[in-house]
Amino acid sequence: MPVTYKKIASVTVGAGGASSIDFTSIPATYDDVCILMSARSTGTNVNAQGFCYFTFNSLTTSFTSRRLIQDGTTVSSDSSGGRFAAYIPNSQATASTFGTMVCYIPNYRSSNNKSYSTDQGMENNSSTAYLQGLVAGLWSNSSAITSISIGGVIDSTGASANFAQYSTATLYGISKS
Amino acid sequence: MPATYESIATTTLGSAQLNVEFTGISQSFTDLVLVMQIADSTNDARDVYMQVGNGSYDTASNYSRTILTGNGTAAQSSRSSNASFMSMSYAVYSSSPLSVNIVHFMSYSNTTTNKTVLARTNGAGDGVSANAFLWRSTSAIERIKVYLQPTSNINTGSTFTLYGIKAA
Repeated sequence: MPVTYKKIASVTVGAGGASSIDFTSIPATYDDVCILMSARSTGTNVNAQGFCYFTFNSLTTSFTSRRLIQDGTTVSSDSSGGRFAAYIPNSQATASTFGTMVCYIPNYRSSNNKSYSTDQGMENNSSTAYLQGLVAGLWSNSSAITSISIGGVIDSTGASANFAQYSTATLYGISKS
Repeated sequence: MPATYESIATTTLGSAQLNVEFTGISQSFTDLVLVMQIADSTNDARDVYMQVGNGSYDTASNYSRTILTGNGTAAQSSRSSNASFMSMSYAVYSSSPLSVNIVHFMSYSNTTTNKTVLARTNGAGDGVSANAFLWRSTSAIERIKVYLQPTSNINTGSTFTLYGIKAA
């Protein structure tokens, strides 16, 4: 019986950090793909949170998204997320604590524009770096997705950062039949 | 090695139609996951409705829901009881782009508990929602029907795939 849900590749960030987590040469043998990520930033801003972003096929354009975000006090929605991927805790967050993200991209090889669903969250057991986000994303490009990069890590102040050691992401391929 | 996550059935619509049904669903799994990409043939926003059942669809007032939505401007939470369907907002936006909707039917084959269904909808040009539904029936789910309201055809190219997950 063919395997429905199969790991394509997995990346774990080593000592020294990494500016991005990259999945290249994604095989054209699946119907959907799914990324599971656990990540932390090397940023230093005192609010303990950072952001990371998607790049598909080395392109950063033609991304739009609608987000639903809550921080335990306030719930908000915006349409300014663009290629936003996830909030992640930075070096000021509780030690050994990482944010998580699940991104499901159906029909990644189709000639339609690529819609995707992202759920992500971080919890810090403190007064900072707690957020949950639900995102409806769209990459308005009819090309098959052949590479996915998660990077562009920044603090909430816009200061550049990297993924911290032990951040991981795994790309799975899903077959419909 | 036994498969944990299996494709049960999949369909890509070659022509527009009013609803999509999965019947005779195998009872050998623990949970079901339904992944849908839906476009509306009238190029207008619609809600996606679902009904489930065993042998026939339950059309009585046995469904309830709690939902969280965001339309890109405002966030809302609401709930409703004693409905004759499960309804999801922001699950279909237009004829293009296709939405992304993921529905989990937890313990669907269990015959001692009412059924909980969790759904995420994503319309990048419309909004996003998280939904928790309850179907007040201890019957196993043997069939699922998906349709649009207000009544409209589901557009060509929409895809529906039902997966089964085994706990052991």
